[in-house]
Amino acid sequence: MRLFLHATLNGITVAALYFIVAIGFTLIFGLMRVINLAHGSMFLFGAYIGHTVAAATGNWFLGLAVAGLSVSLIGLIIQYTVLDRIQGQELRQALVTIGLSIVIADLMLAIYGGGTYQFTMPAMLVGSVSLPIVGGYPIFRLVVVGAAMLVGLLIWLIIYRTRFGIIIRAGVDDRQMLGALGVNVPLVSVLVFGLGAGLAGLAGVVGGTALSISPGEDARYLLSSLVVVIVGGMGSLLGTAIGALLIGLAEQIGLAYFSTYSVILSFVIMAAVLALRPQGLLGRSG
Amino acid sequence: MIAAIITRFLAVALLACLLAAPAAAQTTIRLGGIMTLEGALSELGQEGLRGMEMALEEVNYTVAGKRIVFIREASDAKPDVAVRKARKLIEHDNVDILIGPLSGGEGLAIKEYSKTVPGKTFINGYSAAQETTLFNPSPNFFRFNADGAQWQAGLGSYAYDVKGYRNVVVVASDYSFGYTQVLGFMTEFCVKGGRVSSKIWVPFGAGVTDFSSVIARIPDNVDAVYAMLGGADSVNFLTQYFQAGRKIPLVGSSNLTEQTVLRSMRGPFEKRMIGIPSAHIVADEGIVGPAYQDFVAKYKKRFAGTGLAAPSAVYYGYYIATKAALTALEQVGGDLGGNQARYRETLSKLVLDTPTGSVSLDENRQAIANIFVTEVAQRADGTLYTNVIKLNRGINQTLGQPRAAFIARGAPSRDNPSCP
Repeated sequence: MRLFLHATLNGITVAALYFIVAIGFTLIFGLMRVINLAHGSMFLFGAYIGHTVAAATGNWFLGLAVAGLSVSLIGLIIQYTVLDRIQGQELRQALVTIGLSIVIADLMLAIYGGGTYQFTMPAMLVGSVSLPIVGGYPIFRLVVVGAAMLVGLLIWLIIYRTRFGIIIRAGVDDRQMLGALGVNVPLVSVLVFGLGAGLAGLAGVVGGTALSISPGEDARYLLSSLVVVIVGGMGSLLGTAIGALLIGLAEQIGLAYFSTYSVILSFVIMAAVLALRPQGLLGRSG
Repeated sequence: MIAAIITRFLAVALLACLLAAPAAAQTTIRLGGIMTLEGALSELGQEGLRGMEMALEEVNYTVAGKRIVFIREASDAKPDVAVRKARKLIEHDNVDILIGPLSGGEGLAIKEYSKTVPGKTFINGYSAAQETTLFNPSPNFFRFNADGAQWQAGLGSYAYDVKGYRNVVVVASDYSFGYTQVLGFMTEFCVKGGRVSSKIWVPFGAGVTDFSSVIARIPDNVDAVYAMLGGADSVNFLTQYFQAGRKIPLVGSSNLTEQTVLRSMRGPFEKRMIGIPSAHIVADEGIVGPAYQDFVAKYKKRFAGTGLAAPSAVYYGYYIATKAALTALEQVGGDLGGNQARYRETLSKLVLDTPTGSVSLDENRQAIANIFVTEVAQRADGTLYTNVIKLNRGINQTLGQPRAAFIARGAPSRDNPSCP
């Protein structure tokens, strides 16, 4: 019982992290139909930048902010200089972003090396709290869940309660019509790309603090984002949350009960979803 | 037209013969090196290269009056790539002696390849799979380094006798190197009478960075947790173990307390690292002896600014391998004639002087080596290091167990050994 609850709690915290990464990915896809395969690189780059700033200033929150902003800026630049030129050509965009991810990964390896980095957490988030049955549980992991809920709520408010959100949703349905109505669609695209990339940067710091940073994490988080989004449904906010929960729980409960084969479980879920509901649990067909 | 081509061809062939003539007289010796200079293990590969360079610079690239031509090739830890590079070095660059490779899977592949070129000599760089030399050895493949199980020699006894642990849980990476290290620890620990009540195998290379559910599976009623993880896995496991507030003492595999891990563990949990015992072919400080101190000092001087803070195990492996190749060359006066038969004979009987003492080979051309038992300690400036408790000399491949019975148990696996 204790093990099951512990694994469930772990699953939820991992899901929270996956959610923050995948939500940026799905936002970008939802509006622009760009499959940004450099999303994992944004995550890792954010983590490294955040680590450098946090280590230099001793302020974790400053690291978080700088990571979010600088990765967001890089996202803006990539969208404006590269992806916008090949708007609508999905295969090309996918290939270009793969290329970018390889270049960025090698640059990061050259600058930061192959070592493992860890953040020094802000003092108030260190330590563990005592939970019923489960026992001691790290505070920071609970903070990650809170952060994910906050991010989810903010994105929901932006998309469903603001004018900018209305424009984004209109763009998902019909880009050309939206442009015809006088909205500067390329600008909206750049902003959404910046927002999605910035979320990946923030997730880099949060994930790097909860776990650690090392080369290869970029590919891992890209893969988890892809799986989460495929399961949940491309472009759906709630779908991403459900997808993240499913994958996070599957991963951790698998590790707890049959660790050798746990890796397969996420992919079994993905294959089942693809077979029965190819558009994802909450995705729209077509 | 055709006649002209043939004439030109003959002229080139003649020229080639003339140019090749001095090489036939062997005024130079061609030495090849393979290390992972590409891919995820590229930093380790650099260390391998440094080890070879250091050994070659010590003799000024000259042995028995002959100049050594050093040719290196980069692999990326994939066995097929390592074999392709070895083939290139042997067939194209015409090397006499080949040093490498770095990782376990590569080692097994190169050993098999060496059987197809019996006239050349192969000396293992750093790869440590036990099977490479214990089962179906190759007559021209030599390993002057300990295998992955030997690396853990002395740790089982230390945990049982000194720490007083009787019941241990194993948490280990689920791949061949994990099995090998666990075997190294358990062989001694089980013979002493210790029990390993359960083993938790963690998927390796599958992107598991969250070990908290694995940690939740560790029962409270054991004396210690033996953790066999490397690199980022080690850092993640240790941090999450301490974060979860677990208090059971840890015993570490060779790479759990490597300098790269210790450096990353600076921070809120650094104090919890102190005292974790481990065993390895390299160590940072303590009763290491003057030869080892000298070895470390030379590394720091030569590779200041470019190398690591201290020589790594990979550096040590390649350095020893190159030193063995050169020492045997000196002893045969640089004579590699007769398909190198005399050279190989000399290598098999070589008693090599290493920074940890003398090393010789067994009948399978596998090192009988010296292993450090260490504990993590902290310097005044806060940095963590491995402090040598003891240097165990003359560790053979069967870890002091009867050879026939040891071999009969087969290769290390999830279930070998077992003492629940």
